[in-house]
Amino acid sequence: MPLAEKTVERIRASAALYPSKQSAILPALWAVQHEQGYVTDEAMGEIAQHLGLPPSLIEATASFYSMFLTRPEGRHEVVICVNAPCMLRGADEMAAYIERRLGVRDGQTTPDGSITWHSTIECLGACGGAPMMQVDHRFEEDLTREKVDAIFERLRTAPAPHEMGHPEKAAAVEPVKGEKARSGAEGARPRGRKTQK
Amino acid sequence: MALKQILTRDFGTENLHQLQVYERKGGYTGFKKALEMQPDELVELVKKSGLRGRGGAGFPTGNKWSFLPKGMYPRYLVCNADESEPGCFKDRYLIETSPHQVLEGVMIAAYAIGANLAFIYIRGEYLPQYEALENAIDEARQAGYLGKNLLGKGYELEVILHRGAGAYICGEETALLTSLEGYRGEPRLKPPFPAIKGLYGKPTVVNNVETVSNLPHIVLNGADWFAAIGTPTGKGTRVWCISGHVNKPGNYEVENGTPIRELIEVHGGGVWKNRKLKAFQPGGASMMVLLPEHLDVALDFDAIAKAGSMAGAGAMVVMDDTTCMVDAARRYVKFFQHESCGKCTPCREGTFWMANVFDTFENGTARETDIDLLLDIGYNIDGRSFCPLGDASTWFPRSVIKYFRDEFQEHVSEKGCPFKKQPVEAVA
Repeated sequence: MPLAEKTVERIRASAALYPSKQSAILPALWAVQHEQGYVTDEAMGEIAQHLGLPPSLIEATASFYSMFLTRPEGRHEVVICVNAPCMLRGADEMAAYIERRLGVRDGQTTPDGSITWHSTIECLGACGGAPMMQVDHRFEEDLTREKVDAIFERLRTAPAPHEMGHPEKAAAVEPVKGEKARSGAEGARPRGRKTQK
Repeated sequence: MALKQILTRDFGTENLHQLQVYERKGGYTGFKKALEMQPDELVELVKKSGLRGRGGAGFPTGNKWSFLPKGMYPRYLVCNADESEPGCFKDRYLIETSPHQVLEGVMIAAYAIGANLAFIYIRGEYLPQYEALENAIDEARQAGYLGKNLLGKGYELEVILHRGAGAYICGEETALLTSLEGYRGEPRLKPPFPAIKGLYGKPTVVNNVETVSNLPHIVLNGADWFAAIGTPTGKGTRVWCISGHVNKPGNYEVENGTPIRELIEVHGGGVWKNRKLKAFQPGGASMMVLLPEHLDVALDFDAIAKAGSMAGAGAMVVMDDTTCMVDAARRYVKFFQHESCGKCTPCREGTFWMANVFDTFENGTARETDIDLLLDIGYNIDGRSFCPLGDASTWFPRSVIKYFRDEFQEHVSEKGCPFKKQPVEAVA
């Protein structure tokens, strides 16, 4: 599947931005994943063409980074952290609940194709809100079973982030008071609000 | 001592992430003042302030800047926003609440070292924070804070926001630069240090998010003002992330020198569920465990080092008396195994074998001799790895064996974890 015009434009813009074209490899891989949901060999070949670099270099770089998917997964990605700070606050129990609730094992996709979930040992940077998970790279903190249920219910029908008009920019977050959904400060701030009054 | 808010002073303000609000709170006056000064004066100012890097190593920021070779251009400023240390979430808080403060700090640092191009390398998982910075950069550019001939002073600056893609190692400064250049994020040999040969082989300074966030305040209020806060060798404040078994986990900015007890018992709300404190870790996953007897140690690089641990990235992980220390150490070791880049053998193989041995303690097949086997593997990684990732993978487990050896022995004699009723599956 050839890359969309818009993605190609993004790749070319990145190449022009950096002092070295090679620095545009990660932005290009992100652009491809935004469009197609994962990164194929074919797409890496296209990136190589647009950047004027050998395809082997693109794959050498891509394969180092854990966030680039190489095969299609569920429409939504749910990742729960089980590193020590989260473990201390019940992440194992929450991961077990997610497994029961979705009926598929760690790393698998629900039969309806809506959710791929996995646990990770890589800290996601929300230890203060543990147990926590990321849904399509958006933070969901202080998880309870009810909260998890509500999130899964929403994801069953929500389109994948890359299918939205604005890639990765909306999906999981409800718009705040009719404003454009943005998370910078609003979406992920409950921890901040709690502190430093 | 109470909270001392410098970086987080205005964090209760609604919409602080917006340029107008940030400016109303005095934002960008530090940058304006900086542009009135000569770059060398700024370097001297920051040297005199005593600011030390907040990324973990605590290296004096002004000194780092002054290592750049004279007359070699271009040179680059890189802001390290690849925060990935387990237990640490302060950079995320600083970015999402006040992205302009980070950006203003980056701009001041770039001007001070004479860079016309700066980069912010943010970890891939921080998508909302990436967007917050993206918006901030757009707003700043439209307002004339980025671009050519800034504020009529003839200085030109652009900032490129670069998104990582899931690699803890890229928080190590040379690995970060390699990654920014588009390669696999593997660390490089030092020397040459980035100040001499950094990004694209040019002189480069890498500063942490919290470090640069201090700069607007130091420029505005002066070196003496900053140097009067904190301890003789640890000036200013730090934003401490407190997590684990406390009532009020979160980020708290306190003056350096504040006792650990205050952070845990007052700001963190004390140990939860009326349980007793068993242990805590003052610097995130990498750092050695400390005990309740260390509660009166000061939150300060040197004081914590003297107590046998490290302040690291400012992440306080608190563990109550129900915690299985063996399992906590196992998680961290698995983390380092997962994040080892594979470049050097001691780290790649050592973390793998440590993780395997740790699993035997949890699944009940460990032997008494495996405790010393862990120490032996750790000994052969620490100081023999290419970069600090390997070294750091051994510090917490070895300190846990030192203080809680009996727990390892119980795992052996009870053929499994005495803290859990059911057998534990391997994680991740």
